[in-house]
Amino acid sequence: MHAETGFRESAAQALGDPQIRANFRRAMDGLMAKRAAQFPDPEDFQAMRHLGTAIRARSLLKLPALLEQLEASCLRNGIQVHWARTCEEGNELILGLLQARGATRLVKGKSMVSEEMGLNHFLEAHGVEALESDLGEYIIQLDQETPSHIIMPAIHKNKTQIARQFSQKIKDAKYTEDVDELTALARKVLRRKFFEADAGLSGVNFAVADTGTLCLVENEGNGRMSTHVPPLHIAVMGLEKVVETLEDVAPLYALLTRSATGQAVSTYLNLIRGPRGPGELDGPREVHLVILDNGRSRIYADPQLRATLRCIRCGACMNHCPVYTRVGGHAFQAVYPGPIGTILTPQMEGVGVRHELLHGSSLCGACAEVCPVEIPIPEIIVRLRREATHRDAASAVEGRGTGRTATEDLAWRLWAAVLSRPRVYRLAAWCATRFRRLIPGGLPLLKAWTLSRAKPVPARRSLQERVREEGLPHG
Amino acid sequence: MADARAEILERLRAGGGGEAVPLPDTAVLARRTWAPAERMARLRRGMEAVHTEFLEAAPGQWPGVVLGFCRDEGFANLLYGPRCAAGQALAAAWTPRDPELIPYQDPVESFKATLFDGVAAGFTTALAGVAETGGLLLEPGPEEPRLLSLVPPVHIALLLASAIEDTLWSAMRTRGWGKGTARNSLLISGPSKTADIEQTLAYGVHGPKRLVVVLVNNL
Amino acid sequence: MQPERVYFYGTCLVDLFYPEAGMAGIRLLRRAGVEVLFPEGQTCCGQPAFNCGYREEARAVARGQVALFPLDIPVVLPSGSCAGMMRNHYPELFHGEPDEARVRAFSGRVFELTQFLVDVLDVRLEDLGEPVKVTWHSSCHALRDLGLEGQPQSLLGQLANVELAPLGRERECCGFGGTFAVRHPEISGSMACDKADDAVATGASRVLSTDGGCLLNVQGALEAKGEALRVQHIAEFLWERTHAR
Repeated sequence: MHAETGFRESAAQALGDPQIRANFRRAMDGLMAKRAAQFPDPEDFQAMRHLGTAIRARSLLKLPALLEQLEASCLRNGIQVHWARTCEEGNELILGLLQARGATRLVKGKSMVSEEMGLNHFLEAHGVEALESDLGEYIIQLDQETPSHIIMPAIHKNKTQIARQFSQKIKDAKYTEDVDELTALARKVLRRKFFEADAGLSGVNFAVADTGTLCLVENEGNGRMSTHVPPLHIAVMGLEKVVETLEDVAPLYALLTRSATGQAVSTYLNLIRGPRGPGELDGPREVHLVILDNGRSRIYADPQLRATLRCIRCGACMNHCPVYTRVGGHAFQAVYPGPIGTILTPQMEGVGVRHELLHGSSLCGACAEVCPVEIPIPEIIVRLRREATHRDAASAVEGRGTGRTATEDLAWRLWAAVLSRPRVYRLAAWCATRFRRLIPGGLPLLKAWTLSRAKPVPARRSLQERVREEGLPHG
Repeated sequence: MADARAEILERLRAGGGGEAVPLPDTAVLARRTWAPAERMARLRRGMEAVHTEFLEAAPGQWPGVVLGFCRDEGFANLLYGPRCAAGQALAAAWTPRDPELIPYQDPVESFKATLFDGVAAGFTTALAGVAETGGLLLEPGPEEPRLLSLVPPVHIALLLASAIEDTLWSAMRTRGWGKGTARNSLLISGPSKTADIEQTLAYGVHGPKRLVVVLVNNL
Repeated sequence: MQPERVYFYGTCLVDLFYPEAGMAGIRLLRRAGVEVLFPEGQTCCGQPAFNCGYREEARAVARGQVALFPLDIPVVLPSGSCAGMMRNHYPELFHGEPDEARVRAFSGRVFELTQFLVDVLDVRLEDLGEPVKVTWHSSCHALRDLGLEGQPQSLLGQLANVELAPLGRERECCGFGGTFAVRHPEISGSMACDKADDAVATGASRVLSTDGGCLLNVQGALEAKGEALRVQHIAEFLWERTHAR
């Protein structure tokens, strides 16, 4: 998915939409409060997240070996494993699996990786109905939209919008704004779809190398329906999702549900360890796991950027981000919005095209403060800003240096020239203080500043002049 | 796609290393522990907070409690796994004029229509409980099929108080949940729910609308 | 063990926009019995270029600044953000450079002013002012990069006639973010306006902070809204309340 307009334009548009702003602010406030209630003891939280970080970091350190072990364990359990270098490769693979079995009706649990792949559109174009069954995903699929949040895909909509949409698009549905009734409507439609489906597709929250287990975290039951009712289950995962042992899952799961939605526990944690076994009466006849790279191995190659892959997709960074809260998810024009998207998208799509996105952060650090696996998002943003404008040979980031402009280059050179020469700085400070009210507001930077703020006016005398008047020792 | 596999693994091998990794310290998990009676109370609090209902039963009396509940609720039938000991105990307590007791004994392909549209409630056992957060641990399989706890609108689960563990982590360690040969293992904390519309909780979305735990106090 | 002498680093924003705050910081230190040295040649800590990835330019500026503080005595700044830069990011900026060791030693000596007043000098303040209600806005870098949490509040808490009314969203960024303010002025401005509204809603008559960037930003938003509420650097406020005129 590529940006058609710049982030600044799409953000400005979202800022001008009071409905979007109100929807996100209310939702994010609720999520922040719920999360805070789950971590009442700061020391306990730090201990938990140090553990989470250590588990994820260790998994990544051993990644190639763990992936091979996962594959062997899965095969032993009767789960077939496939590898895809790119989204295209992944899509073709999945289509091939479906076509070989004559499957045309696919129900989907929830999978951000499938969003990354643009799988739904690809399958529809090849005659396969790919139906989202997570309520939020179902809601946005009806309107052919993309998720605005990785955990709550329809968070940008309010119930009036959803009520109108259901009454127009679901057969025989009466208009209602009652959330229970809207949920019941979706339940009715989707139960039929689960019943009829030829295949189910899901994401994977954690894949356990030593037991060959696919772990799925959910509240609605659509994940279990998609993975246990149809005869064929296809799971897709980014290659970073692997952990070493089942016990690793326990703390990560606790961090995930608490960080994401402020729940101590989700309704379901579903561990899948194979298709229908001997003597079993239900469950899929076949389970397939598709492991996707799509730029992850490139991210992996850089020790600093590798931390990006620790992510367990909880969305806490979004919920706490003052930028995301104001502009919402769609403004980012990316599969993964918010802080994690700000570092992930440029690494996947190339840092040059996403230059502006990288500057759409005040580096306030709220994201890193709540991240359950301690990803230093602001540091990585700064690192990627550099990559966008410099061609450091040591780096493997795509598109590095392509965001460099002569104007910015000149600006920083001037900046350094002035500030590394105290005499020049002193002259500039003298001018600024003497002509304090005469500085034209039309200067490029001042013009941007004064869009919503009064023009800053320098003091009559600089501190350095005042200090000289006082006669302080220089050391 | 063998070449995809080789290429991906090769890239990862070439790109690895270069960082010191902290050692996981599980002390923070190990210190979450409660006395048996407190475990029972905690589990109950945690699960009731997410709309789980509880029925209490003395050891050996639980089939009667399940039966009484089904009658009171006016269920037309109850689906159960006939091959496990609890299922057999349930069948032994049943009488012909009670709600129909349907055994889940045919492959889902021939049973799907009944399962989806003709069942009022499903009964399963729970392998263990999780005190810290509230939650049941199940291991569906040949004796109690996977869909038994998912498709019927009401899920009735049997839990022994003595099987309640401190945490999910300790249940994995002491009960081996998820580590055995079961091809599906489940943690279930309540009826299915969603908050996808305006962050408003709604219960009974795709999975069961009600979860009823029959808690046998055998402490 | 109270140090006898400290260096004072003014920072560029205090130098140009809030010199009174710089003077107040110096006076507070001197009144606590510490000799204050103010080296000539101060410009900027280099953070703007560093945060935009222009490391060489940032390093060139930073190197000149480090050289101004050769003595092994504390360096005190009336800014959480610049203190965070010098303390936490200089070592990284100079990683692998010939003067890395010297820079690391320098970084270890850097303190934000309120942090130094509380943690090192343990100053006692006596309030001489009229009753007033203020609110406190911590810069994100002071809070999260430097870990400045509680020191400003404890200083304000010593002032008998000062009521501290907390902001509704105390931990939310005001939207300054250095170049962010002019690169994404729409988002930044909306954050600044929200912070201004939050401050007005507290009923306080001053918004205090220890960061020039936040002060400029929130002040700009308040003025644009036509609000009478004003911002002030905490150093200036502390001095104003505690010195006999």
